[in-house]
Amino acid sequence: MENWLYELTGFVLTILLAFTVGMFYGGLRRKVIARAQNRIGPPVYQNFLDLLKLQGKTTNIHHGVMSHLAPVWVIVAATASLLFIPVLHGGLWFPNLTFKGDLIFLLYLMVFGSLGMALGVGESGNPNGAIGVSRGLSLMVGYEIPFVLSLVAVMLQFHTTSLTDLMHYQQLTGHWIALENPFAFLSALFAVLGMFHYSPFDIIGAPAELASGPMSEFGGKYLGSLMTGGSIFAFVKLVLITDIFLGGAGHPELYTGLAGVLIGLGELILKTFLLYMIPVSIGIVMPRFRTEQAVRFFWKWPLAFGITGIIWGLYHQINF
Amino acid sequence: MNEKKDIQIITRPTKAEIEQAKINFSPRCTSAGRVNDKETQKTVQFILNFARKHSLFLLAYGTGCGAIEIPATLTSRYDAERLGIRGAATPRQADVLMITGYLSVKTLKRVIRVYEQMQDPKYVVAFGSCTINGGMYFDSYNTIKALDRYIPVDVYIAGCMPRPEAVLKGFAKLQELIQNGNAGNGECYRKNLDWYRANQQKVIKNWNFPDEYNW
Repeated sequence: MENWLYELTGFVLTILLAFTVGMFYGGLRRKVIARAQNRIGPPVYQNFLDLLKLQGKTTNIHHGVMSHLAPVWVIVAATASLLFIPVLHGGLWFPNLTFKGDLIFLLYLMVFGSLGMALGVGESGNPNGAIGVSRGLSLMVGYEIPFVLSLVAVMLQFHTTSLTDLMHYQQLTGHWIALENPFAFLSALFAVLGMFHYSPFDIIGAPAELASGPMSEFGGKYLGSLMTGGSIFAFVKLVLITDIFLGGAGHPELYTGLAGVLIGLGELILKTFLLYMIPVSIGIVMPRFRTEQAVRFFWKWPLAFGITGIIWGLYHQINF
Repeated sequence: MNEKKDIQIITRPTKAEIEQAKINFSPRCTSAGRVNDKETQKTVQFILNFARKHSLFLLAYGTGCGAIEIPATLTSRYDAERLGIRGAATPRQADVLMITGYLSVKTLKRVIRVYEQMQDPKYVVAFGSCTINGGMYFDSYNTIKALDRYIPVDVYIAGCMPRPEAVLKGFAKLQELIQNGNAGNGECYRKNLDWYRANQQKVIKNWNFPDEYNW
């Protein structure tokens, strides 16, 4: 097979993998929350049933072009950022569209979906949606700063802006960047808490306060598309953090062929699942912050960790 | 002797009264005219109905005292989420509209707006005796007595008030109806809109709905 055929198959498989894993993680989260509340809880495939039902609903609402496009925009942003992340290190199938400097590009691409959503919600004219969007953008101002600081710390420490290089370093030496620069890792973990919008940072789609906020005017197929985009994006965030800090997955020299790909995917799923359980288990026990409390939280400890991470990175520079 | 005066003498209904009763009887909503109801799409419908019945987003409209049973049904003790029933925040996302208890005329207006904002296929579960025949408010001046004269109802749950077990039984019935393709009366509501509007306008005095709006 030609190389580009492998790449194309890799793209399609990556998207399918992200969708399936993201949806199952969502179902697992519901199950975990239910077990913590001493309930039986829905089956893990419940999200697939929800999605099927939502796609089977009819709709006859028209608010304007942008509000029709917003869910599509979310899916496009999630898929695009997925394709710029190497899901497995090395090999032919899953390196995707990586290039030098993709870390900075990803930072821009990852907020694309939220902006599209903001435009679409604004057009629907629902006050709950508008409040939700303003809260979402405020929260983004909060968590983007520690996230960017932690990435800048890693970039400064390793003199590279390429995800593949970072993964390569970690697999070459066997040292995870989470241990090479623990402060940057902590700061990124806090940012991930905010990115997932689970408790205590679920101020955007708070059902009791805002009637699910930005989603309040989207039902049926629109909600289904948002769910799909959200699932893919959850996988994107988890894989990104795993790639940068937890060594990524797959090893082109050790494991080769189809078995290597499967072992790599198993490793990836184990790492992302353990990472995913951090925001989920914090979300179970936490009540909801107010908006200013959430922003203030991100501007205290995570910010301090981020700056410490930069200083740490400058003192422990690594050339490879 | 005085007691006898209060007794109403029931006579045979006249022909005009029978005709009036027929008009008052709500239009029968059957599975005819469903979306994608074609022979060729039977498998698709089967799969979709399976998904629909196991994923019911619930808009619990807390109209009356029956709303107190909904948290009990949804939380740890009876855990409706294991059956795929979960709360929805807005009418746009919801599949099931629950009318919990009596409906005052003022609330009916909001219920109608909410029902019309929901997207097909949509189901209505009427909860408690008050929605069936008025219940203990049978002679009240400002509550409606029979809900299905104003919006089509799929499942009634009798009782004053029904326990969570009864609510779950009602949902089981609704799931059965959905699987057989006999639930969801949005199409029927639109077809018989004149009849429903006439009934609604009979009780709602300050009728100020917009003539046309996005459903």
